[in-house]
Amino acid sequence: MKWILISIIVLATTAGEVLQAVGMRHHGEIHDFRPGALGRVASALAQSWHIMASIGAMAVSFFAFMSLISIADLSFAVPATAASYILETIFAKYLLKEHIGWKRWIGTLLVAGGVVLLALE
Amino acid sequence: MTSPVKALQLKTRIFTAIVVLTNVLGNSFLSRGMQGVGELLSFSPLPYIRALFNPWVAVGVSLLIVWLLSHMALLSWADLSYVLPMTSIAYVLVALVGRFLLHEHVSPARWLGVTLIMAGVTLVGHTAPRTHAAHKRGAAA
Repeated sequence: MKWILISIIVLATTAGEVLQAVGMRHHGEIHDFRPGALGRVASALAQSWHIMASIGAMAVSFFAFMSLISIADLSFAVPATAASYILETIFAKYLLKEHIGWKRWIGTLLVAGGVVLLALE
Repeated sequence: MTSPVKALQLKTRIFTAIVVLTNVLGNSFLSRGMQGVGELLSFSPLPYIRALFNPWVAVGVSLLIVWLLSHMALLSWADLSYVLPMTSIAYVLVALVGRFLLHEHVSPARWLGVTLIMAGVTLVGHTAPRTHAAHKRGAAA
Protein backbone atom coordinates (compact mmCIF):
# COMPACT_ATOMS: atom_id res chain seq x y z
CA MET A 1 0.00 0.00 0.00
CA LYS A 2 2.85 2.36 0.93
CA TRP A 3 4.58 1.82 -2.40
CA ILE A 4 1.36 2.21 -4.34
CA LEU A 5 0.76 5.56 -2.61
CA ILE A 6 4.37 6.66 -3.26
CA SER A 7 4.04 5.80 -6.96
CA ILE A 8 0.79 7.77 -7.11
CA ILE A 9 2.43 10.75 -5.38
CA VAL A 10 5.52 10.80 -7.62
CA LEU A 11 3.52 10.39 -10.84
CA ALA A 12 0.80 12.87 -9.85
CA THR A 13 3.32 15.49 -8.66
CA THR A 14 5.33 15.16 -11.85
CA ALA A 15 2.24 15.33 -14.06
CA GLY A 16 0.85 18.26 -12.06
CA GLU A 17 3.98 20.41 -12.14
CA VAL A 18 4.87 19.66 -15.77
CA LEU A 19 1.29 20.45 -16.91
CA GLN A 20 1.36 23.63 -14.81
CA ALA A 21 4.62 24.70 -16.47
CA VAL A 22 3.21 23.98 -19.95
CA GLY A 23 -0.01 25.88 -19.20
CA MET A 24 1.82 28.89 -17.74
CA ARG A 25 4.23 28.99 -20.65
CA HIS A 26 1.29 29.04 -23.09
CA HIS A 27 -0.15 31.91 -21.08
CA GLY A 28 3.10 33.84 -21.16
CA GLU A 29 4.90 35.95 -18.59
CA ILE A 30 2.77 37.76 -16.03
CA HIS A 31 3.96 41.40 -15.80
CA ASP A 32 0.97 43.26 -14.39
CA PHE A 33 0.08 42.50 -10.78
CA ARG A 34 -2.85 44.91 -10.36
CA PRO A 35 -6.11 43.21 -9.31
CA GLY A 36 -7.93 43.77 -12.62
CA ALA A 37 -5.07 42.32 -14.63
CA LEU A 38 -4.78 39.35 -12.27
CA GLY A 39 -8.52 38.73 -12.69
CA ARG A 40 -8.01 38.49 -16.45
CA VAL A 41 -5.11 36.08 -15.89
CA ALA A 42 -7.35 33.92 -13.67
CA SER A 43 -10.13 33.73 -16.24
CA ALA A 44 -7.66 32.88 -19.02
CA LEU A 45 -6.13 30.14 -16.87
CA ALA A 46 -9.54 28.72 -15.96
CA GLN A 47 -9.99 27.99 -19.67
CA SER A 48 -6.67 26.18 -20.00
CA TRP A 49 -7.03 22.40 -19.87
CA HIS A 50 -3.35 22.10 -18.92
CA ILE A 51 -3.93 24.21 -15.81
CA MET A 52 -7.18 22.47 -14.85
CA ALA A 53 -5.57 19.03 -15.33
CA SER A 54 -2.55 20.17 -13.30
CA ILE A 55 -4.75 21.26 -10.39
CA GLY A 56 -6.52 17.89 -10.54
CA ALA A 57 -3.20 16.01 -10.51
CA MET A 58 -1.89 18.12 -7.60
CA ALA A 59 -5.06 17.45 -5.62
CA VAL A 60 -4.56 13.69 -6.18
CA SER A 61 -0.97 14.06 -4.99
CA PHE A 62 -2.02 16.12 -1.92
CA PHE A 63 -4.65 13.63 -0.73
CA ALA A 64 -2.38 10.63 -1.46
CA PHE A 65 0.32 12.34 0.65
CA MET A 66 -2.13 12.94 3.51
CA SER A 67 -3.10 9.23 3.37
CA LEU A 68 0.55 8.18 3.24
CA ILE A 69 1.54 10.18 6.32
CA SER A 70 -1.44 8.77 8.19
CA ILE A 71 -0.09 5.19 7.70
CA ALA A 72 3.68 5.82 7.44
CA ASP A 73 6.28 8.05 9.08
CA LEU A 74 7.11 11.39 7.54
CA SER A 75 10.71 10.15 7.38
CA PHE A 76 9.58 7.48 4.96
CA ALA A 77 7.26 9.77 3.02
CA VAL A 78 9.68 12.62 2.36
CA PRO A 79 12.38 10.74 0.35
CA ALA A 80 9.65 9.67 -2.07
CA THR A 81 9.41 13.28 -3.22
CA ALA A 82 13.09 13.19 -4.26
CA ALA A 83 12.30 10.85 -7.17
CA SER A 84 10.02 13.48 -8.68
CA TYR A 85 12.96 15.95 -8.89
CA ILE A 86 14.78 13.69 -11.33
CA LEU A 87 11.66 12.77 -13.30
CA GLU A 88 10.52 16.41 -13.63
CA THR A 89 13.98 17.59 -14.71
CA ILE A 90 13.94 14.96 -17.49
CA PHE A 91 10.52 16.21 -18.64
CA ALA A 92 11.76 19.81 -18.44
CA LYS A 93 14.62 18.94 -20.78
CA TYR A 94 12.79 16.85 -23.36
CA LEU A 95 9.23 18.17 -23.25
CA LEU A 96 9.70 21.81 -22.19
CA LYS A 97 13.02 22.13 -24.11
CA GLU A 98 14.82 23.83 -21.24
CA HIS A 99 18.60 24.04 -21.43
CA ILE A 100 19.93 22.11 -18.50
CA GLY A 101 23.65 22.66 -18.20
CA TRP A 102 25.99 20.88 -15.83
CA LYS A 103 25.41 23.39 -12.99
CA ARG A 104 21.69 22.77 -13.00
CA TRP A 105 22.04 18.97 -13.28
CA ILE A 106 24.59 18.74 -10.46
CA GLY A 107 22.54 21.19 -8.37
CA THR A 108 19.35 19.16 -8.88
CA LEU A 109 21.12 15.89 -7.98
CA LEU A 110 22.59 17.50 -4.83
CA VAL A 111 19.12 18.71 -3.82
CA ALA A 112 17.57 15.27 -4.43
CA GLY A 113 20.36 13.61 -2.42
CA GLY A 114 19.90 16.20 0.36
CA VAL A 115 16.16 15.50 0.54
CA VAL A 116 16.85 11.77 0.99
CA LEU A 117 19.39 12.51 3.77
CA LEU A 118 16.93 14.85 5.54
CA ALA A 119 14.62 11.87 5.90
CA LEU A 120 17.17 9.84 7.89
CA GLU A 121 16.81 9.76 11.65
CA MET B 1 22.72 49.12 -16.57
CA THR B 2 19.11 48.26 -15.83
CA SER B 3 19.01 45.22 -18.05
CA PRO B 4 15.90 43.06 -18.44
CA VAL B 5 18.10 40.21 -17.19
CA LYS B 6 18.55 41.95 -13.81
CA ALA B 7 14.85 42.81 -13.57
CA LEU B 8 13.88 39.22 -14.33
CA GLN B 9 16.33 37.93 -11.74
CA LEU B 10 14.94 40.26 -9.04
CA LYS B 11 11.34 39.34 -9.83
CA THR B 12 12.31 35.66 -9.78
CA ARG B 13 14.04 35.99 -6.39
CA ILE B 14 11.01 37.77 -4.86
CA PHE B 15 8.56 35.17 -6.13
CA THR B 16 10.82 32.29 -5.07
CA ALA B 17 10.83 33.77 -1.54
CA ILE B 18 7.01 34.04 -1.52
CA VAL B 19 6.65 30.44 -2.78
CA VAL B 20 9.03 29.13 -0.10
CA LEU B 21 7.53 31.11 2.81
CA THR B 22 3.90 30.31 2.01
CA ASN B 23 4.83 26.64 1.57
CA VAL B 24 6.60 26.37 4.94
CA LEU B 25 4.02 28.43 6.86
CA GLY B 26 1.06 26.78 5.11
CA ASN B 27 2.28 23.27 5.85
CA SER B 28 3.14 24.18 9.47
CA PHE B 29 -0.34 25.58 10.11
CA LEU B 30 -1.90 22.59 8.35
CA SER B 31 -0.02 19.98 10.37
CA ARG B 32 -0.65 21.90 13.64
CA GLY B 33 -4.35 21.86 12.78
CA MET B 34 -4.38 18.20 11.76
CA GLN B 35 -3.21 17.25 15.25
CA GLY B 36 -6.53 18.55 16.53
CA VAL B 37 -8.53 16.89 13.78
CA GLY B 38 -7.33 13.31 14.21
CA GLU B 39 -6.86 10.53 11.67
CA LEU B 40 -8.03 11.13 8.16
CA LEU B 41 -8.50 7.84 6.33
CA SER B 42 -11.67 8.42 4.46
CA PHE B 43 -12.83 8.43 0.87
CA SER B 44 -15.77 10.61 1.85
CA PRO B 45 -15.15 14.35 1.54
CA LEU B 46 -17.07 15.14 4.74
CA PRO B 47 -14.22 14.68 7.26
CA TYR B 48 -11.98 16.84 5.06
CA ILE B 49 -14.63 19.56 4.90
CA ARG B 50 -15.10 19.38 8.67
CA ALA B 51 -11.32 19.75 9.09
CA LEU B 52 -11.48 23.05 7.15
CA PHE B 53 -13.47 24.58 10.01
CA ASN B 54 -10.46 24.18 12.27
CA PRO B 55 -8.89 27.70 12.28
CA TRP B 56 -5.30 26.38 11.95
CA VAL B 57 -6.31 24.24 8.97
CA ALA B 58 -8.19 27.16 7.41
CA VAL B 59 -5.16 29.49 7.68
CA GLY B 60 -2.90 26.69 6.39
CA VAL B 61 -5.10 26.04 3.37
CA SER B 62 -5.34 29.79 2.61
CA LEU B 63 -1.53 30.06 2.67
CA LEU B 64 -1.25 27.01 0.40
CA ILE B 65 -3.62 28.70 -2.08
CA VAL B 66 -1.24 31.71 -2.13
CA TRP B 67 1.59 29.20 -2.58
CA LEU B 68 -0.14 27.62 -5.59
CA LEU B 69 -0.85 31.01 -7.22
CA SER B 70 2.66 32.39 -6.71
CA HIS B 71 4.13 29.11 -7.99
CA MET B 72 2.00 29.44 -11.13
CA ALA B 73 3.09 33.06 -11.61
CA LEU B 74 6.75 32.06 -11.22
CA LEU B 75 6.38 29.30 -13.83
CA SER B 76 4.91 31.83 -16.27
CA TRP B 77 8.46 33.10 -16.85
CA ALA B 78 10.95 30.80 -15.12
CA ASP B 79 12.11 27.29 -16.08
CA LEU B 80 10.60 24.33 -14.22
CA SER B 81 14.12 22.90 -13.90
CA TYR B 82 15.09 26.16 -12.11
CA VAL B 83 12.01 26.56 -9.89
CA LEU B 84 12.10 22.96 -8.68
CA PRO B 85 15.53 22.94 -6.99
CA MET B 86 15.31 26.61 -5.88
CA THR B 87 12.07 26.10 -3.94
CA SER B 88 13.58 23.08 -2.15
CA ILE B 89 15.11 25.64 0.23
CA ALA B 90 11.79 25.14 2.04
CA TYR B 91 13.16 21.82 3.38
CA VAL B 92 16.15 23.67 4.82
CA LEU B 93 13.89 26.24 6.45
CA VAL B 94 11.78 23.49 8.06
CA ALA B 95 14.94 21.88 9.50
CA LEU B 96 16.20 25.25 10.83
CA VAL B 97 12.82 26.12 12.38
CA GLY B 98 12.76 22.65 13.98
CA ARG B 99 16.26 23.14 15.39
CA PHE B 100 16.19 26.78 16.55
CA LEU B 101 12.53 27.50 17.33
CA LEU B 102 11.22 24.09 18.39
CA HIS B 103 14.57 22.89 19.81
CA GLU B 104 14.33 19.55 18.00
CA HIS B 105 17.35 17.33 17.58
CA VAL B 106 18.83 17.45 14.08
CA SER B 107 21.09 14.46 13.35
CA PRO B 108 24.46 14.78 11.52
CA ALA B 109 22.91 13.04 8.47
CA ARG B 110 20.21 15.73 8.39
CA TRP B 111 22.79 18.53 8.63
CA LEU B 112 24.59 16.90 5.70
CA GLY B 113 21.25 16.89 3.85
CA VAL B 114 20.80 20.61 4.61
CA THR B 115 24.34 21.28 3.34
CA LEU B 116 23.77 19.34 0.09
CA ILE B 117 20.51 21.20 -0.57
CA MET B 118 22.19 24.57 0.09
CA ALA B 119 25.05 23.64 -2.28
CA GLY B 120 22.55 22.51 -4.93
CA VAL B 121 20.47 25.68 -4.58
CA THR B 122 23.60 27.85 -4.82
CA LEU B 123 24.67 26.11 -8.04
CA VAL B 124 21.23 26.33 -9.64
CA GLY B 125 20.94 29.96 -8.45
CA HIS B 126 23.92 30.78 -10.65
CA THR B 127 22.08 29.67 -13.79
CA ALA B 128 19.69 31.86 -15.81
CA PRO B 129 16.09 31.49 -14.54
CA ARG B 130 14.86 31.24 -18.13
CA THR B 131 16.50 29.27 -20.90
CA HIS B 132 13.55 28.44 -23.14
CA ALA B 133 12.95 30.66 -26.13
CA ALA B 134 9.16 30.87 -26.13
CA HIS B 135 9.00 34.49 -24.90
CA LYS B 136 9.45 37.74 -26.74
CA ARG B 137 11.07 39.62 -23.85
CA GLY B 138 13.93 37.26 -23.26
CA ALA B 139 16.74 36.91 -20.81
CA ALA B 140 19.44 35.10 -22.66
CA ALA B 141 22.29 33.84 -20.56
